[in-house]
Order: sequence, then C-alpha cells, then structure tokens
Amino acid sequence: MNKQRQKRLILVLILIFGVGTAVTLGLQALNKNLLYFFSPTQVVAGEAPITRTFRLGGLVKKGSIKREKDGLTVHFQVTDGAKVIAISYTGILPDLFKEGQGIVAAGKLQSPGHFIAEEVLAKHDENYMPPEVADALEKAHKEGKSVSQEESAQDTNITPTTDSVL
Amino acid sequence: MMVKFIHKLASPKYFYHLSGKLLPWLMAMCLLFFLLGLVQGLIYAPVDYQQGHSYRIMFIHVPSAWMSLMIYIIMATAGAIFLIWKIKLAAIIASSSATIGAAFTFIALVTGALWGKPMWGTYWAWDARLTSELILLFLYLGYIALEEAIDDPRSASKACAVLVLVGVVNIPIIHYSVEWWYTLHQGASVSKLDTPSIHISMLIPLLLMTLACKCYYALTILMQARNKILWQEQNTHWVRALITENQSKG
Repeated sequence: MNKQRQKRLILVLILIFGVGTAVTLGLQALNKNLLYFFSPTQVVAGEAPITRTFRLGGLVKKGSIKREKDGLTVHFQVTDGAKVIAISYTGILPDLFKEGQGIVAAGKLQSPGHFIAEEVLAKHDENYMPPEVADALEKAHKEGKSVSQEESAQDTNITPTTDSVL
Repeated sequence: MMVKFIHKLASPKYFYHLSGKLLPWLMAMCLLFFLLGLVQGLIYAPVDYQQGHSYRIMFIHVPSAWMSLMIYIIMATAGAIFLIWKIKLAAIIASSSATIGAAFTFIALVTGALWGKPMWGTYWAWDARLTSELILLFLYLGYIALEEAIDDPRSASKACAVLVLVGVVNIPIIHYSVEWWYTLHQGASVSKLDTPSIHISMLIPLLLMTLACKCYYALTILMQARNKILWQEQNTHWVRALITENQSKG
C-alpha cells in the first residue's frame, strides 16, 4: 500500500473511532433517559421520576388481576421478581395482557407502591413456536419445577424467561 | 491471484460483462425464494402460541430490518474503499444501494407499526430500537439528498462516503439497543449465540424470505450499477462498441 493510501486509511479509521467514542460517551451520559421504562426495583429505590409521568414495566403477577364491575377498571400487580407494585388502570387492555405477561404502563405513582396507569402496553417475548410446542414446554417446565420444589423449599417462583421479557 | 481478480472486477468493463451474465440467475433465484418463503410463511407455517396469525408479518418485517442494516454496512464499506483506494466502482455500489436501503428501512418501520398495534397496543413507541431504526431512515434519506445536492459526481461521492461512515456508529446501536436498554421491542430471536428461540417450522420460511431479499438487493443493485457505468463510461471505446453492436442487432 502506498503512502497516500495509508494516510487516507488512517484518516478513515480516526473518523470512525472518533465518532464512535463521542457517541459512546454521549449515550453513557444519557443512559437513564434512554430506558423506555423503569422496573419495580428502580421505582422502589427512588430512581424513577416519581413526581411526574413515567413508564413502569414488569411481569403481571400471577393471581393478582382483579376486575371491577364496570368492566373497564382493572387492578393488578407487576413484578420484576424482586419488588412488586400495584397498578390501577381504566381502559382497554391489549390482547396479550394476561398473568405472567410483560407489560409497560405509563402513568403516575399515587402513593408509594400504587401506580395509576393512563396507558398499558403489552410486551411479547422473542420466542415463536406453535401452541403444541408451548404446551409441551409448559408441561416439562411444571414437572421440572415440582421436582426442584421437593429439593428446596425456597423456590423464588421466578420463571426463567423473566430476564428476556424485561 | 486474489488481488488480480479484485483489480479485474473493479474495472467497469469487466464488471459490466460479468454482472450481465449473473442477472438472469439472480432473477430466477429471487423469484424462487420469494415464492417458497411466502407460501411456507403465510400458508404452511403454524400459528404462534401467543400471537396467533398476527406474527406472520414477521416474514416481511424481520428480513427488511436485517436488509436495512446489511445494506448500510455494505455502503459504509464501499464508501471507505472509495475514500482510500479511489475505486470508482465502489462509489457506484454505494450510491446504488441508498434508495433500496431506504426502501427496506421504510418497510421495516411500517410493518413494525402495523404489527405493534394489535400486539403491543400502539403503533409507535419512542424506545431505543424504534428510534434508532428511524434515525437509520433519516441517514439514508440524508445520503440521497446530499448526493443530489452536489453536481460534481466525484465530490458528491466523497461527501457521501464521509456521511455514510459517520452514520455507521448507528448500526451497533440498533443491533444492541434491545440489550443495552429496556425497550418495548423484544430481544433478538435468531442471531443469538445459543439456539434460536424460534421454532424450526417458522425459522425456515424466515430464512427463505431473507435469501429472497438478499437476491432482490443484489439484482437491483447490479441493474442500477450497470446503468451508471454505461453513463459514466459513455465516451470509452468499449461502450461505443457495445452501442453499435446493439444497434446493428436491433
């Protein structure tokens, strides 16, 4: 490679690394603002902007969904496996909303641990499979779980997909 | 040997003749893969356990999104080659890719919005994945605008190459956005190190559609590049010979 090409190659590399470093630093500084939602743990730790509207994300806790008589208002709890926050919402829920589903709710904290949502969005995970396969997996999972429960009484009840859904 | 072949390929005349022979094959492969992928994906693939039939838009959405990233990487590589080695063909490849890249990005965004409404409950969310993909569309549009704005083709190629290299930082951001930050968009299904979290009966049509999109890109880029070569080389002997040859045939 001749001198001039070498020089241009170095210039191109400097350009890419320079822009890369600048953007990395910028993103590091903005890191918190780039989160689409806060987890219950972050909210409990006081990291969320509790005085104004923010988004709260987590899994709908099993057995926590309670519907009011008007058919629109629903109370449920979200969890990230560690902390739990109660959510109240009046409106139409997305089709995917159910127990164990990842959701993102936008709204405000009314009191510590109670969130009033104005909008509820559903998250779906990155797993795609036919229903038969899902059933078979669920079955195998339950069987495996009952075995592990016998082994240790302290089952924290966090499904292995918690991480990927959040 | 390899260097010799690259030098030969970089000569517009050789490239023109070689690509002419490739075109019918690419066309046939493109049609075949599209047909197989669409029939398998839309008819034979089973429904999803969570999303039912709605997930089928994935067979358009995911290949388009992958193409939008791949084409940008190709443009950036071609831009760097043009800046360093001053190979004209690299500039032609980069500029022919811009419109098709913008089209794939647009398709990915629109199909994503149509998929988001029934599943998430919203067309659009300003999360890291969606926003960085939108920025990619603006980068493509900016590239096209910059190229059109500069009259001298050589300085246009140079300016565009710098722009495309500055924007390349966005590519890892798009890819890793779902891992670095909490997003509404779910994580990667196929490009994970462990086994893909997509059932084989859905993965096959997805890969067929991806191949179809790659062939389509190769086809359109070659056709555009051939036109641009003829235009740029219009005063050379071989192009004149080609024209007289075609005229005597017609």
